[in-house]
Amino acid sequence: MITNAAPIVTRRMGYEDSYTLSRYLETGGYDGLKRALTMSREEVADQVNRASLLGRGGAGFPAGRKWSMLRAAPTSYLVVNGDESEPATFKDHLLIERDPHQIIEGALICAYAIGAAQIFIFCRGEFALGLERLQQACNEAYRIGAIGREIFGSSFSIDLVIHPGAGAYICGEETALLESLEGKRGFPRIKPPFFPAVQGLYGAPTVVNNIETMSNLPWIVLNGGDAFSSLGEGSSAGTRLFALSGRVNRPGWFELEMSKTTFRDLIFDPALGAGVPDGRSLKAFIPGGVSAPWFGPNELDLGLDQDAVGKAGSMLGSGSVVVMDESTCVVRAAWRITRFFHRESCGQCTPCREGGGWLEQILRRIEEGEGREADLDLLMDVCDNIAPGLTWPPQQTTICVLGPSIPSSIASSIRMFRDEYLAHVRERHCPMGGHR
Amino acid sequence: MAHLSLENRERATRLISLYPKDRSALIPLCHLAQSQDGYLTQEAIQDIADLVGVTPAEVYGTATFYDMLHTEPVGRYVVAICTNIACLLNGAFELLEHAQKRLGVYVGQTTNDGMFTIEEAECLAACDTAPCVQVNHRFFGPLAGESFDALVDNLESGRLDDVVPPHGVLNRVERSVGLTSSAKREAAQ
Amino acid sequence: MTEIDVSDSESLPTVSVTIDGSVFKARPGELIIEAAERAGVFIPRFCYHPRMDSVGFCRMCLVEVSSPRGFSLQPSCFLHVAEGQEVITNSPKARKAQEGVLELLLVNHPLDCPVCDKGGECPLQDQAMAHGPGETRFIEQKRHWPKPIDIGPLVALDRERCIQCARCTRFASEVAGEALIDFAFRGSDIEVAPFALEPFSSYFAGNTVQICPVGALTAHPYRFKSRPWDLEQAESTCEGCAVGCRTVAQSSAGALVRYLGVDVDGVNRSWLCDKGRYGFEAVHASNRLVTPLLNSGEKLEESTWHEALFAAGEAVREALKEHGPSSIAFIGGARLTNEDAFAFVKLAKSVIGTDSTDAQLGDGLPAELVLGLPRATINEATNARVVIVLNQDLREELPVLFLRLRGSVVDGSTDLIDCSSVPTSLSKYATTVRYVPGDLARVAALIAGESNIDAFGLDQGQIESAKTVLSSAGLGADGEGLVIVCGRGDLGESASVAVSAAVTLHRLFPKARFLSALRRSNVHGALDMGLAPGVLPGRVTLEEGGEALVRTWGSVPNERGSDAIGTLESGAQGKIKVLFTLGADVLADVPDRDLAARAFAKIPTVISIATHHDRTTAAASVVLPVAGEGERNGTVTNIEGRVAPTTQKIVPPGVAWPAWMVASEIARMIGSDLGFEDHSAITQEIAAVAPAYHGVNLSLANGDARRAGVVVPVGAVAIDIRSPLLDPIATPGISSVEEQGAPMRLGKTVAAVPSGDARPTTPGGLQVLVRALGAAPVVTAPKPDSYSYRLSVRRTLYDRGTLVQSSSSLAPHHAPFGLRVHPLELARLGVSDGEELMIRSPRLAHRVNVISDASLGRQVVVLGARNEDSGAFGAFDLIDARELVVDVRLESI
Repeated sequence: MITNAAPIVTRRMGYEDSYTLSRYLETGGYDGLKRALTMSREEVADQVNRASLLGRGGAGFPAGRKWSMLRAAPTSYLVVNGDESEPATFKDHLLIERDPHQIIEGALICAYAIGAAQIFIFCRGEFALGLERLQQACNEAYRIGAIGREIFGSSFSIDLVIHPGAGAYICGEETALLESLEGKRGFPRIKPPFFPAVQGLYGAPTVVNNIETMSNLPWIVLNGGDAFSSLGEGSSAGTRLFALSGRVNRPGWFELEMSKTTFRDLIFDPALGAGVPDGRSLKAFIPGGVSAPWFGPNELDLGLDQDAVGKAGSMLGSGSVVVMDESTCVVRAAWRITRFFHRESCGQCTPCREGGGWLEQILRRIEEGEGREADLDLLMDVCDNIAPGLTWPPQQTTICVLGPSIPSSIASSIRMFRDEYLAHVRERHCPMGGHR
Repeated sequence: MAHLSLENRERATRLISLYPKDRSALIPLCHLAQSQDGYLTQEAIQDIADLVGVTPAEVYGTATFYDMLHTEPVGRYVVAICTNIACLLNGAFELLEHAQKRLGVYVGQTTNDGMFTIEEAECLAACDTAPCVQVNHRFFGPLAGESFDALVDNLESGRLDDVVPPHGVLNRVERSVGLTSSAKREAAQ
Repeated sequence: MTEIDVSDSESLPTVSVTIDGSVFKARPGELIIEAAERAGVFIPRFCYHPRMDSVGFCRMCLVEVSSPRGFSLQPSCFLHVAEGQEVITNSPKARKAQEGVLELLLVNHPLDCPVCDKGGECPLQDQAMAHGPGETRFIEQKRHWPKPIDIGPLVALDRERCIQCARCTRFASEVAGEALIDFAFRGSDIEVAPFALEPFSSYFAGNTVQICPVGALTAHPYRFKSRPWDLEQAESTCEGCAVGCRTVAQSSAGALVRYLGVDVDGVNRSWLCDKGRYGFEAVHASNRLVTPLLNSGEKLEESTWHEALFAAGEAVREALKEHGPSSIAFIGGARLTNEDAFAFVKLAKSVIGTDSTDAQLGDGLPAELVLGLPRATINEATNARVVIVLNQDLREELPVLFLRLRGSVVDGSTDLIDCSSVPTSLSKYATTVRYVPGDLARVAALIAGESNIDAFGLDQGQIESAKTVLSSAGLGADGEGLVIVCGRGDLGESASVAVSAAVTLHRLFPKARFLSALRRSNVHGALDMGLAPGVLPGRVTLEEGGEALVRTWGSVPNERGSDAIGTLESGAQGKIKVLFTLGADVLADVPDRDLAARAFAKIPTVISIATHHDRTTAAASVVLPVAGEGERNGTVTNIEGRVAPTTQKIVPPGVAWPAWMVASEIARMIGSDLGFEDHSAITQEIAAVAPAYHGVNLSLANGDARRAGVVVPVGAVAIDIRSPLLDPIATPGISSVEEQGAPMRLGKTVAAVPSGDARPTTPGGLQVLVRALGAAPVVTAPKPDSYSYRLSVRRTLYDRGTLVQSSSSLAPHHAPFGLRVHPLELARLGVSDGEELMIRSPRLAHRVNVISDASLGRQVVVLGARNEDSGAFGAFDLIDARELVVDVRLESI
C-alpha cells in the first residue's frame, strides 16, 4: 500500500533550486534550528527519542539511544556520515546535492542536543558536486549566523567542517570513518570499545549519524516526535528514502512510509518502480544493499519494515533495493558483488583480506565455465570461515562487518539457485549468456 | 610544479586550521595537491608530511589506501565506469568494453595523448542512471555506445570544460568563513 | 623506587578465569592470550607481540569467550581477562576458526620454504605442518610480486611472503618512533612500504627482521648464511655500547652469523640496535689481529707469544728499575670483560705498583663521579616522575636507552627535560633547554632553582619551562622521583663542566638518582674493577680499599696516579716509559689528538693489547692479540651496574688469547703470579675482594639472574621476577612454550629481594669525594668573543670506530658529519651552503665544507668527532684537553 504521507526529507525536491539558501529559507529553512534553540538540550533529545527515529545508515540503531550513550566528557564531537558507498544506495547522494542546508540544519540541531564541540560532515569524495554544494551551504549558513558564534543570538556556538573522503567503501563503517577523519588509513577500529559514543574522534565521545538521519531532524523538531512516530509502524517509524535500481522500469528514489509499503508496491506500483522491463518476471531482489542476503518472489509481500525483513533472514540495511529478472545470471551477480567486497576490504583481517579474493576467483571460474561441483561446498566452507555458521545476523571472525557481508550474496544465491550454479559447471559455460 | 605552490601552501595552512589535530587535514591536503598536479607528486607527499607532522611513508601509505588519490600521473580526464550490481544489470560491462575500444586503452591505462585514463569503478551512487560514468568525479549516465562516444568528443573538444575541470579539481568552493577549529581557537586563547 | 617486588604472590589481586575447563588466577588487566600461556595453554598467533599494542589483525588467536550474551569468537590477543570469564581454545568452533585462518594465510603464501631463510623456524610453517590438512584446496593463481626488494640498506622485503601482521610497521611507529615504513594500498594489495625517497634506514631496522613471523623481512648480513637447524646458540650480552642488551649469539660452522635480542624487562625488552645486532661481523673482519707482532725498528712483524711477552716483560722490568712504577701507565679497557679488566688492574696496581690506569680516553667522566653518585636503573628512569638528560643525542650513543626513555614519555610515565647544546632525537618528546657548550653546569643550577647564578646568554623561557616541569611533577622531598641521565654532555666542553652540572644537581636534589650515559661497552665494569686512578675494585677509593686488598694482593699504590689525559701529558714530557693500551685506539679516539700524537712520539714502548689493527697498534712496539666479543666467557657491567654474563660462542682467530691470560703472562714475565687458572677463578676473586660485587658469583648462578643479570651491590635493587613472556616468533628456541607457560613464575622469588631501597646509606669514600666536588662553585665558561663560534662535537652511532669500520654491513653507512653552521651566520660570513671555508682553532686551521643548519644556536657550530679515515680532519683535531671549551673562527676562503 502506498500511503499519502507527505514527504519529509525530500519535500523540496520539486524545486530546481532546492539546494540554494533562498529556496531553503522560503520553505521553512532553519526554523527547526531556531525552534530547537528555544528548547533545552534535553527537550530536543526527548523529541528525537519520541520520534523513534532509526539510524538511516544501514544498521538501524535508534538515533535517540545513540545520543544518550554519549560518555560525559569535556569535548565531544558530531560526525555526519555522508560516505554513502553501499552498492545500489544513492539516497544520501540525493540529499547532499539537492538539500545540503537541511543536512546542516539537522546536524546543528543534533550538535545542540548532544552538546558537541564541533561538527564534521564526512562527504564521500566522489560527490564533487555535492561537496561544492555542501561547502556553499556551509559558507552561507555561517553568513546568516546559523553556524559559528552565538547562533541566531542564542548562547550556542559551534564550528562545522565539510570533510571530503577519498574513495574507500570501508570508510562508511563508523570507526573506519573516524580513522579516515583523523587522517589515517581507513582501518575499522577493533572493538571494544564498541561505540564511538564512548571513544570516537581523537578518543573523545562522538556521535556518528547518517545524512538522512540528520535530514529528518528539522522536521521532527518543528512537528514533534510524536508526529514522526505516528508514521510507519512499530519500531519502523516515519518515512524512509528508498533507492530502487536494477531491472525495473522506473529506477529511482522514493520516500515512503515505512512498514506499510511492501516490496511488491515499491517494485511494481506504476507510481514507483513500475515493474520489470520487457515483460520479464522477477527472479530475485536484494532488500537492503549488497551486504544483505537476497530474497525471491516469495518475500515480495514483506513490508519495508526493519524487523520484518530481519526476521525473514536479511536486512533493510541502507534502504536500497536491487531487482534481478529472469535474464540475470546469479553467478555473475554474486561474483561482481564479491569482487566489490574483495576490492574494498581494508586488509586488516586475514579472513576478509584473503577469503574475499579466493571466493571471487572461484566464482569467476564457475561463471567462465571452469567450475567443479565441489566448488559449491568449497564456497560455502570458505564463507563459513568468515561468518561461522552462516547465520543471520552473521557471526564474524573479523574486526568489522565487511567480512561477514561477503557470504550474504554467495550463500543466499547458492541456496536459492543451486541448479543454476550446477548448470554453469555441467555445461561448462554460463547458461544465461553471460560472458567476459 | 612538483612541490606545493606558495598559494597552495597558504590554502593548506587554512585547511589544517579547521581541524583540532593537524593530521586530520591529510586527505584534504592530498586533494589539494592533486588539484595542482593531477596526482600526488613525491615532492607534494613530502610537503604534506611536513605540514601535518607525519613521515612521508605515512602520507604515502595513507594516500594509497584511497582510490581517488593517485601517486602516478593520470590523464587529464579520469573516466570511471561503474560495473557494480545496478550498472552490471544495465549493461555496464558492455559499456566498459566499448570504452576500452573507443579510447584504445585498457582499464588502468592512459591514452598516449595523456587525455584519458579508464578506471573500473565501484558503485558511484547514481544507480538510477545506470550504467553511470564519472569523468573527474562529474556524473554522466545512463550511457551506452553512442552517448559515450559523444561524451568523449565533447571532452576532447573542450565543450565540457565548465562542467569537468582537469583531474584532481574536486571542490571549487572554498571555505570562506569561520576558519579556525574551535578546539584550536580555545587552546590558543 | 624499587622495581616490582612480588615475592609474595598471594598479596596480589587476581582474576579467576576458566581456560579450557581449568580455573586460573590471572592478573587483572592481563590479555587472555597471556593468561592462557601462563596457564600452560599456548594459543597460536602471528600479529600479537608482548611488547607492542595488540591490533587483532591476523585472527589466528580466535578463541571462544563467554559473555552475558553467550560464547563468541574473540581475538585472545585483544580481550582482557574478566572475573568469571570462560575461555575455550580447543572447541570445534575455535579450531575451525583457527584452521580457517591458517588456510587463508596460506592461499597467497608462496611455497618457497626450501629457499626461505625462515624455513625451519617459521611459525607459519610449523602451524601448517601441525594443523594443516596437508593438501591445498586453493587451485587459483597466487598473488605475485617481484621479490625481494630492498626497503633499506640492510633489510630486504619479500612481499609474497608477507602476512600483513603489522609487526614491523608497529615497531617502526610505536617503538622506534620513526614511521619510515607503513602499510600502503588496501585489502589484498597491502604491502609494507617505505617512501620512495626515504629508505628504511633506521638504527633499529633489524628488530623488524627479528619479529617478522615469516620470511618476508630478511637482513642482508644473514640472508642465505645458514639454516636454523645448523645454528648453535648461546645467550650473551651485547658489547656494542654500555646499555648491555641481552642477546642470543648464533653461530654456524664456527662463525657468528646472527644476533637476536632477548627480552629482559629491566634492559632491552627484546630490542637491539643495528650496531649491536650486526657489529659482530667485526669479529670476522680481515683486520683482526691473529698473531703477536713486534716492531723490528722499521715495521711490525709477526712474532710468537713467547718473544712478544718477553719483549713486553723486558720493557716493564727496565722501566721499573730505571724510572719506577709511575713511568708505567695503562689506557683503555672499556672493551674488556670484568675479569680481563680485573686481571689488568691487579697487574698494574699490585704487581707493577702504578695507579695510572684509565678505562676512559679523556672523553668520559671521572670514576669517583660515576661510582659515587646514587645510581638508578633503567626501569627506575622510565618510571621516574621526571628524567633530566644531560647528554647529547642518546640515540647515537646508547640507542636502546633512547628507545626505553622515548617509550616512557610516549606512554605518559615520565616527563623529560633535555639539556643539550644541539637538538637531539629526544627533543621532540621533551622540554628542551639549549645551551652553548660550557654552560651546562649553569643550566643545571638554574633549572634546579639556584638563584645566585647568572643566566646571561641562556634562554630564560626554556629554563622557566624546565623549572615548571620539575615543580609540577609531584617530586618527593629532595628530588625523590627524579632521575638524571648523565653523560659527558658535549665533548666540546671539558669534563669539569659535566661534573659540575651533576654534582650541582646532586647537591640540590640529594634524593635524585643518576643513570650514567657513558657509552663504551664495558666502561662501567672497568671502572668498577678499578681501571681508573684513585680507585680499587668494588667502588672503593685507594684509601678505604687499600688495607683490605693488601691482605690478598700484597700491595696497592699509595698515591693517586694519572688519568688518560694526565698520562699523555706526562708522556709528551718524556716521563712515561711504558704505555699499555687495552683495546683502545688511543691515537684516534682521544679527543685531543694532537696531545696523543705528541705523547706517542716520546713514549719508548707502547704495548698494545687489541683485537684489530688500528692506528695505535700500528704505532706500538709490541702488539698482543686478544679474544673479542663472542670469543670469551666472563661478565660485563652495564650503565645501571647490572652484571651479566658474556658468553663464548666461537674460538678466537689465530693464536689470540683471552685478555686476562695476557695480563697473567706479563705478570709472570716480571716474576709474579696473578694466581688465575681460568676466568671463573677471577669471577670468584672479584666477588671476594670487590665490595660492590660481593655475592655476584652466586647470584648469577641463580636461574633468573642468569638471563636478567644482577644489579650490584647485590640486593640493592629488586629485579622484576615476573619474567616477561618471550615472543616465541622472535626468539625461536630461546622461549619454549613449556618454559613460558610455567604458572609458578608468578610466585617465584629471586635471592633475597629486600623491600624498599637497600642501597648503603652510609657514604663511602667516593660519596665523600662527590660531596666535596659539589661544594665547589658552579663551573662557568667565558662567553665566546664576537668573532668566534663555540664548537660542539657530534658523535654518531655509525662512527669511524673500530667496531663499525670492521663490520662490512655497517661500515658503508657511516655518514661524515660535516660542519654545521646557522644560516644567518653563513650569510654574515658570506659563505653559501655547501661551500668550503676555513675553520681555525688554536690547535689547527683546516678547510672544511659547511652545511647550513637552522636548528642550531647562532653561536654554536657542530662538527663530527672523527669524520674520515684515520688521519683525516675532525673535531678531535681542534680540541685542546686543557681548555674548558673550544672556540673556533670561521673564515671564508
